[in-house]
Amino acid sequence: MMKPIATSRSATGIPTARLVTWWVIASEIFIFGGLLASYVMHRLAHPEWAAAAAHTNEWAGGFNTFVLLTSSLSAVLAHKAADSGDGPKAARFLRLTALGGVIFLTVKAFEWTHEIREGFVLASGGFWSFYYFVAGLHALHVLAGLIIMLFVAVDAAKNQELQRVECVGLYWHFVDIIWIFLFPLLYIAR
Amino acid sequence: MSSEAHVHHPNYVKVWAILVVLLILSAMGPMTGIRWLILFAAFGIALIKAYLVAKNFMHVSFEKRWITYLLITCLAFLAILFAGVAPDVMKHWGLHWVNDAARQAVASGMHLVSPKHE
Repeated sequence: MMKPIATSRSATGIPTARLVTWWVIASEIFIFGGLLASYVMHRLAHPEWAAAAAHTNEWAGGFNTFVLLTSSLSAVLAHKAADSGDGPKAARFLRLTALGGVIFLTVKAFEWTHEIREGFVLASGGFWSFYYFVAGLHALHVLAGLIIMLFVAVDAAKNQELQRVECVGLYWHFVDIIWIFLFPLLYIAR
Repeated sequence: MSSEAHVHHPNYVKVWAILVVLLILSAMGPMTGIRWLILFAAFGIALIKAYLVAKNFMHVSFEKRWITYLLITCLAFLAILFAGVAPDVMKHWGLHWVNDAARQAVASGMHLVSPKHE
């Protein structure tokens, strides 16, 4: 059977699929990096944002960090299973990773509902604008990642297209790293 | 099979356990009430966690050098962005200009922060 171009072509010594994933991550570094850099400079210039930041729920943020770290573990275990040719096992780990994404979004939904009921909305000030926009954009990435992961798991369960397991895992770890920085910025530094 | 078995798989559960311990330490930072320790616990540990994830879960150290160069280039451009924009954002007045809106925002919001800032 002919191998897909994503695995057979590697002009840089890196299979095309993985190289493309790294390019996606590079572009995401600018999207989130630009936002985080803007947040940091505004936060340093506006000490009064500390009062707004004090209203975020540190425990919810910490729990979500734990969930994403754990889902990263299952994503890399899926990659390990795919490397050894065990597609069904990789698919199980991918579904577990997607479950982590669902838990993350559920916690986020409860957290936001509480904050909005308290009167903290997107227009409540500079801090809240950043908070909802950056965390919302990150949540969209989590949602996209878990949907892609479920599609990849369908093929992986049939031992097909296992190179995708590593690619979606790379993306997921990057989303995890973004949250690793969002957690202290939005929840701890007050 | 996956694209290629290009990595040596470390003990992922051990790496995850280290990450969880670091998370607990960073969450405990605010309990100390010491500002520099809180900031170190928050951002110093975040850097270590990001490094561990990139090295062990994303296998950056096993990738071709292209990838490291790509990531370093991205971060370097981000640093340039920060250095270029930060003075305008972080300063509220200069030689021939004043950002009245930012100054008023700080002045009107400071009473909400702890009394030591007043």
